[in-house]
Amino acid sequence: MTEWRYWFSEQRGTLLAIGIFAAMFLIYSTNHPAGFSVNMVQTAANKATLLAFVAMAQAIVVITAGIDLSVGMILTLTNCLASWIVVGTATETALGVIGVLGTGLLCGMINGAVVIFGRLQPIVTTIATGAMYYGIALFLRPNPGGSVNETLADALTGRLFGVLPTSLVALAVAALVIWVPYSRSVVGRAAFATGSSEVAAYMSGAPIRAAKFTAYALAGLLSAIGGLFLTFFSYTGEAAYASGNAYTLFSIAAVVLGGVSLMGGRGSAIGAIFGALAFRTIGDLLFVFDLDPLWQPLFQGIVLMLAVSIGAFGLVRVRNRLEWFG
Amino acid sequence: MIAAEPLFRAERLSKRYGGVVALDRADLEVHPGRIHAILGENGAGKSTLIKLMVGVVAPDEGRMTLEGREVAFARPAAATDAGVVCIFQELSLIPDLSVADNIMISHPPTRLGMIDRRAQRRLAEEALARAGAGDIHPRALVKDLPLSRRQMVEIAKALSRQPKILILDEATSALTASDVTKVFEVLKRLRAEGLALLYISHRMHEIAELADECTVFRNGRRISTFAAGSKTDPEVIELMIGREYKHVFPDKPERKADGRSPALQCRSLTWNDRLKDISFSLHAGEIIGLGGLDGQGQRELLLALFGVLRGCRGDILIDGDKVQIESPVTAKSERVGLALIPEDRKTEGLMLPMSVRDNLSAAAFDRFARFGVIDRQRQSALIDEMIRLIEIKTASADLAVSALSGGNQQKVVIAKWLMNKPRIILLNDPTRGIDVGTKQEIYRLLRRLADDGAAILLYSTDYDELIGCCDRVLVMYDGAIRRELSGAEITERALVSSALNVHDSEPASVP
Repeated sequence: MTEWRYWFSEQRGTLLAIGIFAAMFLIYSTNHPAGFSVNMVQTAANKATLLAFVAMAQAIVVITAGIDLSVGMILTLTNCLASWIVVGTATETALGVIGVLGTGLLCGMINGAVVIFGRLQPIVTTIATGAMYYGIALFLRPNPGGSVNETLADALTGRLFGVLPTSLVALAVAALVIWVPYSRSVVGRAAFATGSSEVAAYMSGAPIRAAKFTAYALAGLLSAIGGLFLTFFSYTGEAAYASGNAYTLFSIAAVVLGGVSLMGGRGSAIGAIFGALAFRTIGDLLFVFDLDPLWQPLFQGIVLMLAVSIGAFGLVRVRNRLEWFG
Repeated sequence: MIAAEPLFRAERLSKRYGGVVALDRADLEVHPGRIHAILGENGAGKSTLIKLMVGVVAPDEGRMTLEGREVAFARPAAATDAGVVCIFQELSLIPDLSVADNIMISHPPTRLGMIDRRAQRRLAEEALARAGAGDIHPRALVKDLPLSRRQMVEIAKALSRQPKILILDEATSALTASDVTKVFEVLKRLRAEGLALLYISHRMHEIAELADECTVFRNGRRISTFAAGSKTDPEVIELMIGREYKHVFPDKPERKADGRSPALQCRSLTWNDRLKDISFSLHAGEIIGLGGLDGQGQRELLLALFGVLRGCRGDILIDGDKVQIESPVTAKSERVGLALIPEDRKTEGLMLPMSVRDNLSAAAFDRFARFGVIDRQRQSALIDEMIRLIEIKTASADLAVSALSGGNQQKVVIAKWLMNKPRIILLNDPTRGIDVGTKQEIYRLLRRLADDGAAILLYSTDYDELIGCCDRVLVMYDGAIRRELSGAEITERALVSSALNVHDSEPASVP
């Protein structure tokens, strides 16, 4: 019984995110004019996947008590790059995909290297590098355009076995192949330790630098996967400044909804995925209730505020006021 | 001295920070199977010596040899791998990770590149058992554990690294008496197993019980190395402070009943199941000690009096009048006049990066603010007066508190609350981890405050302090006051027995 309690307390943030998403999605699907259908799930999944990838990226960095404000710009840059190179024969397309992912990884590694060796604040570093990445994106695509291997694009945005949205499968695979091994590795453990108390982590001989570097690099890689999917959805590349920034900000919102502590040291990328899914469902809710889309930002704000408050409910029960600040 | 080749030898180690010489050509020999005590005031160079030994900082000159080979550790991890492991005074645990994660942080068992959590759990349980702390759940988060339990985790963590030399830097300062007994058994067993132990403590009776040999440091230099027991306590303390050691504790004045109502009176104070029916009175001019094992409700009692705990039942009377203390703001108001000097100066007591001036001002703005605007002149005058009064050694009131030594930081905490001119002062273990010289100054200060009419409630984990400093001692056990001792009744024997709840006429109500 106590084992179960410890597990629950470890997973509380993630479970809360899953709960919020499940509740919102239930309201959405029961009020949907067409009812719950495979089509509806696929549309919802495709819309949410992009944010989910970026949110995973953000979560991995936030866990080290850092923040990555360049994730949206890496997404934009890799989108523009993909619209040039993910084309042609199967081999060319495969090389293109590798090139896009490699670029994202490189962007992340640059972030990590500057934060670690330049000893700069992550927030300043990633604002600067983000601007640089956007500048390069603008060079690649001064005007929206380009194309993508449509066979691959349709395969990855369609359905598997006629039911499962492929984008969700891709998300799950990314979580399984990137997040799970990372979070259970020595470096991943060091990332949590660094986020919780960097001095204690150093004193304990945990590989702090490797942890931070890996976190930023993986964030770049995951953002690039997001950029790739954006290209698959839109078939084009566009250096859209506002949309890049929106992805960055929404990724932070999704991370918070997903139960990742902005102070570092606590949370999981799985929680962040569900945070992203929940955040995206807000827009869909407005749609089924036939509200003006103008309401969307206001409602997203309110839901975010409410969700964050749920985490604070525990404070009501606190008998020792000092625990308010813990 | 024994003739065998030492396990570890430091020769002419020096370290300077800017113009300050932290360690000046220090030599040290550490032998296997022996406990070597390092003594000295804070700032004597002990911490620097250890930081050099475990690779946190690099020496400016000198050399170190381990098992005859010259070593230079670039990082703490390198020292750990070589078998030199330190339990730091500043805890090195990671609050958001579990106990098992923390114990195995530097060398987790892995399978296919991932941490093998089952094996990790088993190893962590073994380490906890070896440290005599098998009651701690390996899945518990470190931040949910009380300080004394965390210290046990720290010891388990060090043991899990299979050290050749184990360094304990004030490792027992946060421990309860029963934990100390357990830790001592563990240390003696490790000594028998052939480990070399370096033991740093300010508690003389611990050193007397454990050490085989002692080395005294003062002002960055090694003053003397001698076999344990070859010098008396006053002789050792004289070596440490470099001047004659007279009275650590000031004399206790004779108390006369003056018929006034007590400054502070508690009647049946109860909170959850942590405080049970607490009643006592504290008079002006009196120092009452709170004794007992750690975690028996002493901290909660102080917090309850200060208005931090919600849902307390029972009455609190100030100068005979019943008051409702619903928050620290009420507690420190002029009507009540309470001050609480907290235990953890790093988090609750001070804002480390801010200046001495700002820290001293934080709790007393209304004393020198007019219509919400700070009167700078009045502020400076009050702060200078306070720095002089309690002898804080700082170059300037504008220096960051983090630059001061531990003892001086603690003085700033005390001074901060004295700015309000409180009539009732609650102290939570104010001398933990502080050197003898500063302790002495704090004792004198407390007695002076009491003589000037303050009522003082002092919680301490140090028996000598309760005996030497307090007019009366309330011993707590399981949230209740188990025994009240006064005057000559306050002896170590009486304190220990009542703290353990033995020699009681009624059967012990151990949960």
